[in-house]
Amino acid sequence: MTGGAGGGASWLLRRLVASVAIIFAVVTFVFMLIHVAPGRPCPENVDPAVCDQLTRQFGLDKSIPTQYGLYLLALAHGNLGYSFSDGRPVRTAIAETIPFTLQLAGAALLLDFLLGLGLGIYQAGRVNRLPDLIIGNATLFIYSLPTFWLALLLLLVFGEKLGWFPVGGSNDPVLCPSVDSLYCVVDRFWHLVLPAATLGLVGAAGTARFQRAAMLEVATQDYVRTARAKGVPERRVVLRHQLRNALLSFITRFGLAFPFLLTGAVLIETIFAWPGMGRLAFEAILSRDYPLVTATALVASTVVVAGNLLADILVGIADPRLRVRASAEVEVVTA
Amino acid sequence: MTLGSWLAVFVALVLAAELVRALRHRAMRQERWRRFFRHRTTSWGLGILAFLAIVALAAPLIAPFDPNKQLDIVRLKNHAPSWTFLLGTDVLSRDVWSRTVYGARVSLGIGALGALVAVSLGTFVGAIAGYYQRWIDAVLMRGVDVGLALPRIFILLMAVALWDGLPFTALVIVIGLTSWFGTSRLVRAEVLSLRQRDFVVAARALGAGSGRVIFRHVLPNAAAPIIVSAALGVGNVLLLEAALSFLGIGIKPPDPTWGNMIADNASSIYSAPWSTLFPGLAISLVVMSLNAVADGVRDALDPHEDAA
Repeated sequence: MTGGAGGGASWLLRRLVASVAIIFAVVTFVFMLIHVAPGRPCPENVDPAVCDQLTRQFGLDKSIPTQYGLYLLALAHGNLGYSFSDGRPVRTAIAETIPFTLQLAGAALLLDFLLGLGLGIYQAGRVNRLPDLIIGNATLFIYSLPTFWLALLLLLVFGEKLGWFPVGGSNDPVLCPSVDSLYCVVDRFWHLVLPAATLGLVGAAGTARFQRAAMLEVATQDYVRTARAKGVPERRVVLRHQLRNALLSFITRFGLAFPFLLTGAVLIETIFAWPGMGRLAFEAILSRDYPLVTATALVASTVVVAGNLLADILVGIADPRLRVRASAEVEVVTA
Repeated sequence: MTLGSWLAVFVALVLAAELVRALRHRAMRQERWRRFFRHRTTSWGLGILAFLAIVALAAPLIAPFDPNKQLDIVRLKNHAPSWTFLLGTDVLSRDVWSRTVYGARVSLGIGALGALVAVSLGTFVGAIAGYYQRWIDAVLMRGVDVGLALPRIFILLMAVALWDGLPFTALVIVIGLTSWFGTSRLVRAEVLSLRQRDFVVAARALGAGSGRVIFRHVLPNAAAPIIVSAALGVGNVLLLEAALSFLGIGIKPPDPTWGNMIADNASSIYSAPWSTLFPGLAISLVVMSLNAVADGVRDALDPHEDAA
C-alpha cells in the first residue's frame, strides 16, 4: 500500500468498516449483558400474572439468541424497538433528548478548549515563573475534583447562596415551556451555565495541562530554535512554529474528549435535572428498559468511534508524515 | 475528638513526613530519582498519600466514634464542626470525621485494588500483543478497540444496578475489567519498540524463553509508563467509585465511602455543607496527590524535558 489519494481512500474505507464492526460488537455486548442480568423489567409491586403477560408481550420469554436475532432484524430496518416503561418508540425518546445533550456537551467543549488552550499556551510562555506556577497548581486542583462534587459546590454558591442561576432543569416551566422567543433562548442559556461550566472547567483544566506539556515538548525542537535564531519575533515563534505543531497532539485529544463528556453527562444531567441522553440512559438502566439501554449504548459508542475517526482524519490532513506511518503500520499487521 | 485521636493523627503525620524524608534521602544517590523529587509538589503528594494510607490502616485509633453509630438523632443532627466533632456530624448524626477516616479504607482500597487489576491485565495483554505480534496482536487489539468504544459508565451502571448490591470484591473486579484498555495500548507500543532493541535480541539469541524475555528484559524497561498509568488509574477508579456511590449504586450503606457520604448528605448541602464538602475534599486531595506523583515519575523518566 502506498500513500497518495488512492491509499487515503482505502484507508478511510477500512477505518469505516472497522468502526461499524466496533459499534456492532458494543451493541452485542450490551445486549447480552443486559439480558443475562438477573431480574425482570417489572416494577416490584406488580402482580406476577401481569408481569408474565408483560414478559410475553415484550418477547422476553424467547431464548436470548432468538431475541438477539429479532433485535438485529429490527435494527437493520432502522427500528430501535419500543420503550418498556412508556411504550414510546425508542427512536422518539432518543431524538427528544439528544439536542439537550448536544447543547450541554457543545457548550462544555467550547469552554474546555477556549479556556484550556489559552491557559496552556499562556503558561508555556512563562515556564516556572509565578503565573505558570499559580495556574499550574489551580489546574491540577480543578482537574482532580470529582465532577459531581464540583457541580454541588457551584449549585451551593451560585444557585442557592447568590441565586444568580437556576438550580436545575433546562427551561422555565411557566414562562418558557418551549423555545419559541428570544427570551426563551436566553432562558435556555441561563439554565445551561452551571452544568456546562462544571463539565467545561474540569475539561479545561485537563486541556491546559496537556497543552502546556505539548508546547514545551515542541519548544526544544530544532525548527523552533532555528526560527528564534533567524530573528523571528517571539510572538510569531509561539503562534506559528510552536502552536501549529503542538496542535497536532491536541487534535487527538479532541477525539478523546467525547467519552469524557458522555461520562460526565450522566452525572451532570442527573444533578441538574437536565433532560439529556445521559439521564435517559441512567433511568433506563434503573428501570430495566432493555431496548432503551441498548439504543443509548449504540448512540454513545457511535459518538466515541466517530470522535476517534474524525480526529484521525484531521491529524492525517494536518500532518502528512502520519499518512506514511499509518500505511507502514498496516503493512506490519498484515505481513 | 479525644486526646487519643489527636495523638494518633500527630503520629500519623510524623510517620508520613519521616517516610518521605527517608525516601528523599535515599533518592539523592541516583540521578533519575533526584529528578523525581525535584518538584516540591511531588514530595507533598507522596506525603499526603502516605498519611492517608496510614490513616486508613489505623482507622480505629484515629476515629473517635463508631462511623456508623447515630450519636443522637435529635440533638446532634447536622451539628456544625466543633472540637468534639472536628468535621461536624451528618444528617443521621454520625461523626463526619470518623466516617471520612473509615471511608478512606473503602475508597482507597477500591482505588488501589481496582487499578491493580486494570494495570496488571492491561500490561499482560499489551505485552502479549506487542511481543507475539501477528494474529494474536490483531485479535487482542481489535478487542481493545471495542473496549475503548464501550461507554464504560453505562456498563458499570448496568453491572452494579442489575446485579443488585455487588459485594466489594465484585465491584473491584468489574471496575478493573472495564479500565485496562488504555494501559494495554500503551504497554503494547512500548513492547513493540523494546523488542527490536539489542539487549532483547541478545537475550533471545542466548536462548531465553519468551516468558523470561518478556518479564525480565522487556517489561522492566517499560516500567515508567506502567507506573504512571497505575498512579493515574488509582485516581480514576477512585473517582469512578465515588460517582457510582453518588448515584446510589456503589457500596451499600451504612458502610462509609467518600462517594456515598456525598450522596447521603447532598440534600442537606445548603443547611449543613460540611458533611458534603469534606469527603469531596478528601477525594480531590488523593487524586491531586496521585497526579502530582505521576507528574514526578513522568518527569524523572523523560530526559529531554529539562525546562519544566
